[in-house]
Amino acid sequence: MGNLLEHMGIERDRVHFSWISSAEATKFVDVVTEVSKTVRALGPNKKLVKDYN
Amino acid sequence: MDTCINKIREISLELLEKGEVDKVIGFANGTIPMATSPIAVTSKQDIEKLVFNSTCGLNLANYLKQSIKDQKSKIAVIAKGCDARNIVTHIVENQVQRDQLYIIGVPCNGMIDKAKIASLFDDDITSFSEDGDTLNITSSLKEEKLNKKDYLRENCQLCLHKNPVIYDTLAADLVEEQTLDNPFPDVEKIEAMDSDTKWQHFTDLTKNCIRCYACRNACPLCYCPTCFVDESGPQWVGKGQDETDVNTFHFLRAFHCAGRCTDCGACVEACPMDINVRDFTRKLNKDSFEMFGWEAGLDLSKRPPLDVYSPDDPNDFIK
Repeated sequence: MGNLLEHMGIERDRVHFSWISSAEATKFVDVVTEVSKTVRALGPNKKLVKDYN
Repeated sequence: MDTCINKIREISLELLEKGEVDKVIGFANGTIPMATSPIAVTSKQDIEKLVFNSTCGLNLANYLKQSIKDQKSKIAVIAKGCDARNIVTHIVENQVQRDQLYIIGVPCNGMIDKAKIASLFDDDITSFSEDGDTLNITSSLKEEKLNKKDYLRENCQLCLHKNPVIYDTLAADLVEEQTLDNPFPDVEKIEAMDSDTKWQHFTDLTKNCIRCYACRNACPLCYCPTCFVDESGPQWVGKGQDETDVNTFHFLRAFHCAGRCTDCGACVEACPMDINVRDFTRKLNKDSFEMFGWEAGLDLSKRPPLDVYSPDDPNDFIK
């Protein structure tokens, strides 16, 4: 799915997949930090966004 | 290819006369030139309605499930290479039973790109006929003789399985399969673009989409009783022609076909706006091939890649 989104032009770094157990708090923190870091680097997403105004 | 229709009619007549099948699913001439539509022939008087030529671009696997009325009935179906692969997919996905089908295989030399031919004419085409590899097309203004090879649909040009993979009888001799150095030149062209160009490409591609869902209806893979776009609770995707809704529909429909699509081209054939919907599904076909060595509908004994787990599955994407 990540590949097809990337193919359509959604940057790969916006889409993250992970499997984290409820007991893996440190892994959760690491993944979320990584996700927010890479997404912030890309800036706001303008694709596949619906404007309701 | 035009000569095999006699054989198709002969086989169909015999099957119906012997009562081996309830009906024969095939193609009949459409209401305008250069068009064919699916037909279910149930009596021998209608056998002459069956046709087979280079305009039979729809996929007959799409009409099997609704044509089988109960568990005892058996139907015959005319199957090109891609139809046969979709029949395999239907059997693997438990939509039809193999013993309820009599498959009349037709080795295929490709179907023609009707939009490309229509673009040669300024007015409506009034007649179409073919003689071997030559297509004779006339309109009220002019007459064209075209070489079929130059006007094949893109998916037929790139087809690697012209011969049916499953059949009970053949209506013509098997044809030679082509080998391609690069089976996915179209996908690679898009892959080479940067993110914004890709997005622009797909936005331009779908900008004329009228959400008629002809692509979905023509697709043999789209057999869900209620499609996600028709659901109202929850409503997964908006129903209008908002660019995001249109792209969401095409993206999700394509993804539902991942590892199942045979690139039969029925979606493009059915599209009234001539949108090359295959740009979405082709990427998934390429991924399936590269990641799982998988081409859909070739083997009755194998489950599709997204249906099974293997320890060797690529999992680089997960953190």
